[in-house]
Amino acid sequence: MITIFIPTPLRRFAAEQTQVRLNARTVSEAVQSLTSIHPSLKPYLFDESEVIRKHVRLYLGDEDVREKQGIHTSLKEGDELSIIPAIAGGKY
Amino acid sequence: MVNIENVEEIKFSKEELERYSRHLIIPEFNIEGQKKLKAARVLVIGTGGLGTPLLLYLTAAGVGNIGIVDFDVVDTSNLQRQVLFTTQDVGRPKVEAARERLSALNPFVNFEIFNLKLDSSNALDLISKYDVIADGTDNFPTRYLVNDATVLAGKVNVFASIFRFEGQASVFNYKFPDDSRGPNYRDLFPTPPPPGLVPSCAEGGVLGVLPGILGSIQANEVIKVITGVGEPLAGRLFQFDASEFKTRIFKLTKDPDNPLTGTNPTQKELIDYEYFCNINNHASIEEKNGKEQEITVTQLNDWILTGKKFQLIDVREPYEFDIVNLGGMLIPKNEILNHLAALNPETDIVIHCRSGRRSHDVIRLIHQHTNLKKLYNLKGGILAWVDEIDPSLPKY
Repeated sequence: MITIFIPTPLRRFAAEQTQVRLNARTVSEAVQSLTSIHPSLKPYLFDESEVIRKHVRLYLGDEDVREKQGIHTSLKEGDELSIIPAIAGGKY
Repeated sequence: MVNIENVEEIKFSKEELERYSRHLIIPEFNIEGQKKLKAARVLVIGTGGLGTPLLLYLTAAGVGNIGIVDFDVVDTSNLQRQVLFTTQDVGRPKVEAARERLSALNPFVNFEIFNLKLDSSNALDLISKYDVIADGTDNFPTRYLVNDATVLAGKVNVFASIFRFEGQASVFNYKFPDDSRGPNYRDLFPTPPPPGLVPSCAEGGVLGVLPGILGSIQANEVIKVITGVGEPLAGRLFQFDASEFKTRIFKLTKDPDNPLTGTNPTQKELIDYEYFCNINNHASIEEKNGKEQEITVTQLNDWILTGKKFQLIDVREPYEFDIVNLGGMLIPKNEILNHLAALNPETDIVIHCRSGRRSHDVIRLIHQHTNLKKLYNLKGGILAWVDEIDPSLPKY
């Protein structure tokens, strides 16, 4: 099992869960599995071409998966995947 | 670190030495750090949730020259978190109220106020005059504008951002001792989310204390960058979830495709950030369906008073509906596609939200999925209704 942390802005599309535990061998499998459990998350994570949106970063531990093998990065038991979306608020 | 000019010329009066004594007795800070603060020039963009604690701490700490940019006036709904302002300030330009309060806090600081909206025509000039920039803005176009202008002007950008219970902070474009630069905002998020995908704080709300925490972290980083004390939050993203109390620090790396600082930079100047963020870039939809039809609150009131048959759809969230509503049918924005059958093609349909922005997005969405023609966006939303028709209702 691995753990995916859901950020505040996306929790409303994930039944208000803060984290989801699931089985996955790669980052891609993990995210696909997450969006099959919570389909409303899909448009927020993937664009029309099924590519992870550019305002969303995926971190395995404290490292950007971009610096590893991207969505093909392998996962092992106990890994923690964080979804970090761009948020703009501050002034208000 | 940044090179602060004229540090050696800085002198302190007895009052200043007493005021800053708790800095002066920190061994690695001491009077040299305080001199750098006094000589430094910091530009704070946005005097909101982040900007106000940031300004209070920078002023108290003795940053010698502080620029303040904002074009807004103080609103009652600001007071829940913008701790710089008092009830008496409501309606005043924020930069003026800020200067008055901050000058009373520390008369040894010079303030320059800019009651304007930062845009591509003025950002580079303004930012170039300062050593460090602190970004406390609230929207993606200005975030990218501040990022690009700081990179082009070679300035450090101390960043924080908040949403509901979540905060992010980092120090972008930091200059390391070997003159190399740390990652910037475009390395983290190459492009903004499509409009409407992520709600703003005005729609999504924010816990009042959260910007106080993140704004204070920003102030801490500004002071570290100026004095060279400690390790700045460069090349790292701090993330804070106030509801679960979880903090995480992620490694930030440079993106070789960054248009400003990647291997083949393509962008040498500022661009049109509203267009870049796709804010008003909906021509294709409007060409297909004609220009969006709007209705004013006065017209809506006439429709109600004359007993005209129409449907009123409220696309806000249930908790907003509970604060104030116009008796419309509640279908939150994100559920509208599941309720298209509730829309009556035979009558006029007025869609409204708080300010008119979400209802605009919803109308675009409905146009994409149906052939409904008689859709009207309530201009200014429920806020305009309260202002112009029924001031007894609360604004939020």
